[in-house]
Amino acid sequence: MSRISEEQVRHVAHLARLAVTDEEVERFTAQLDSIIEFAEQLNELDTENVKPTAHVLDMKNVLREDKSAPGLPREEVLKNAPDHENGQIKVPSIIE
Amino acid sequence: MSLFDHTLTEIHDLLHKKEISIPDLVDESYKRINEVEDKIKAFITLNEENARKQAEELQKKIDTDEAKGLLFGMPIGIKDNIVTKGLRTTSGSQILNNFDPIYDATVMTKLHEAQTITIGKLNMDEFAMGSSTESSSFQATTNPWNTERVPGGSSGGSAAAVAAGEVPFSLGSDTGGSIRQPAAYCGVVGLKPTYGRVSRYGLIAFASSLDQIGPITRSVEDNARLLEAISGVDAFDGTSANIPVDRYSEALTGDVKGLKIAVPKEYLSEGVSEEVRQSVLDALKVLEGLGATWEEVSLPHSKYGLPAYYVLASSEASSNLARFDGIRYGYRAEGAENLIDLYKKTRAEGFGDEVKRRIMLGTFALSSGYYDAYYKKAQKARTLIKKDFEDVFEKYDVIIGPTTPTPAFKIGDNIDDPLTMYANDILTIPVNLAGVPGISVPCGFSDGMPLGLQIIGKHFDEKTIYRTAYAYEQATNFHQQKPSL
Repeated sequence: MSRISEEQVRHVAHLARLAVTDEEVERFTAQLDSIIEFAEQLNELDTENVKPTAHVLDMKNVLREDKSAPGLPREEVLKNAPDHENGQIKVPSIIE
Repeated sequence: MSLFDHTLTEIHDLLHKKEISIPDLVDESYKRINEVEDKIKAFITLNEENARKQAEELQKKIDTDEAKGLLFGMPIGIKDNIVTKGLRTTSGSQILNNFDPIYDATVMTKLHEAQTITIGKLNMDEFAMGSSTESSSFQATTNPWNTERVPGGSSGGSAAAVAAGEVPFSLGSDTGGSIRQPAAYCGVVGLKPTYGRVSRYGLIAFASSLDQIGPITRSVEDNARLLEAISGVDAFDGTSANIPVDRYSEALTGDVKGLKIAVPKEYLSEGVSEEVRQSVLDALKVLEGLGATWEEVSLPHSKYGLPAYYVLASSEASSNLARFDGIRYGYRAEGAENLIDLYKKTRAEGFGDEVKRRIMLGTFALSSGYYDAYYKKAQKARTLIKKDFEDVFEKYDVIIGPTTPTPAFKIGDNIDDPLTMYANDILTIPVNLAGVPGISVPCGFSDGMPLGLQIIGKHFDEKTIYRTAYAYEQATNFHQQKPSL
């Protein structure tokens, strides 16, 4: 039984904001299917009473003093933007 | 004989005796790069003009107090996922092909304070996702021991440049083995520090709960000295640990009497080649001869490391790489109809296949209806893997095994099969999942290719790793052998 369908791959690609061709959908479906099958080995483990680990060190609530500091200069920030105008980053229109 | 055959301390002494100058060191780097780079292809970007200028300026200060620091004037190579202000940083990806960072990573700030000279930015698998450097969108780096073989990855450029004598040492990053595996394949020394030991600020994130920057060097001594320079808590990285940095170089005593070594049976079993197994058993004999003892132990959840890693690392990557959208920096696709279309086209054109595969796997594992079955399950497996290490470290000082199951494979051999490629990291991944430190040191050859011995320590106990690695290195001569290029 396949673990992920072509339709699901198209959906996941949409969620991940990736344009995919039909050829890619076919290839990624087969590859992701075998990787997911491999990951399902984890089902052999009894994890009923096991807590999940998100972070390996026992650290929580790392705080610092709330002190203001100068931000980055605008021209520096815009230096890498593919398109900008009047000191602002330009994007295609978002409202119809 | 290259100047870089000397240790850092020796080069420092030569500089201060005026037998060599800082411009000589920088010249040695670029001369070697000119000789071998067309075969090795370790660098994405060179910093030659600035480096030569900086060398002249630093040489003028050689008699001042500033020059007393050990790293003063030392040439270094930097993996291209570590941001360097004003020096192009690509992370091996077309999506950052023209990215000119406006700030320095914390490790770079520390290196600037120590006055090192950046020779260039080193090739890597795209966004550090790979084990061969073949997924770099620029070029495939080759292994200096045999240019038909891969150097390993993802820090393949960092390891190959050091092995080829292009730089005396470099920085890499390690998420599932990306420092230790290429160090093993190229016959150099590479350490992944404890998670939290080195600031990740300015390291282009792949999997934030696993990534660590670490040194790749020719000797254990240099490695310890470089780690001293880049470690420490950092206000810009909330996951950096507020624990004092040890003087790792003080651990280089050669004394391992009474050291208790654990050897996991899982690390010498199926899939591990006979020659690799034998090289580890030989290394254990050497350490025994120096007064250490070893026993076989079990890390029973080892085999679940690989599947847990691919779910967790890909999930984190799918979130981290969302920032590459063609808006604020990096590549932007032409001819998009609307904003969503712009994101999709930019990312489809800017990312390579391996990156897309992992983003989709991660998005799938985190998506509604699958989160508990994949992501949460993998996090629970991580707890079990971490506990395996904790149990063994209650009774032993270090864990020893091979770094990789086999020596470097041929370029192109595994590129079409993601799962076979992933299997290279089977012995290094559990270390990242547990957050403990691990080093790879040269321990022999198989078919003319170097092999690596992996020494794993307790959280923040890099000192014991270095002590063990140094004693072993001084008792053997594998690290002195150089590839003939």
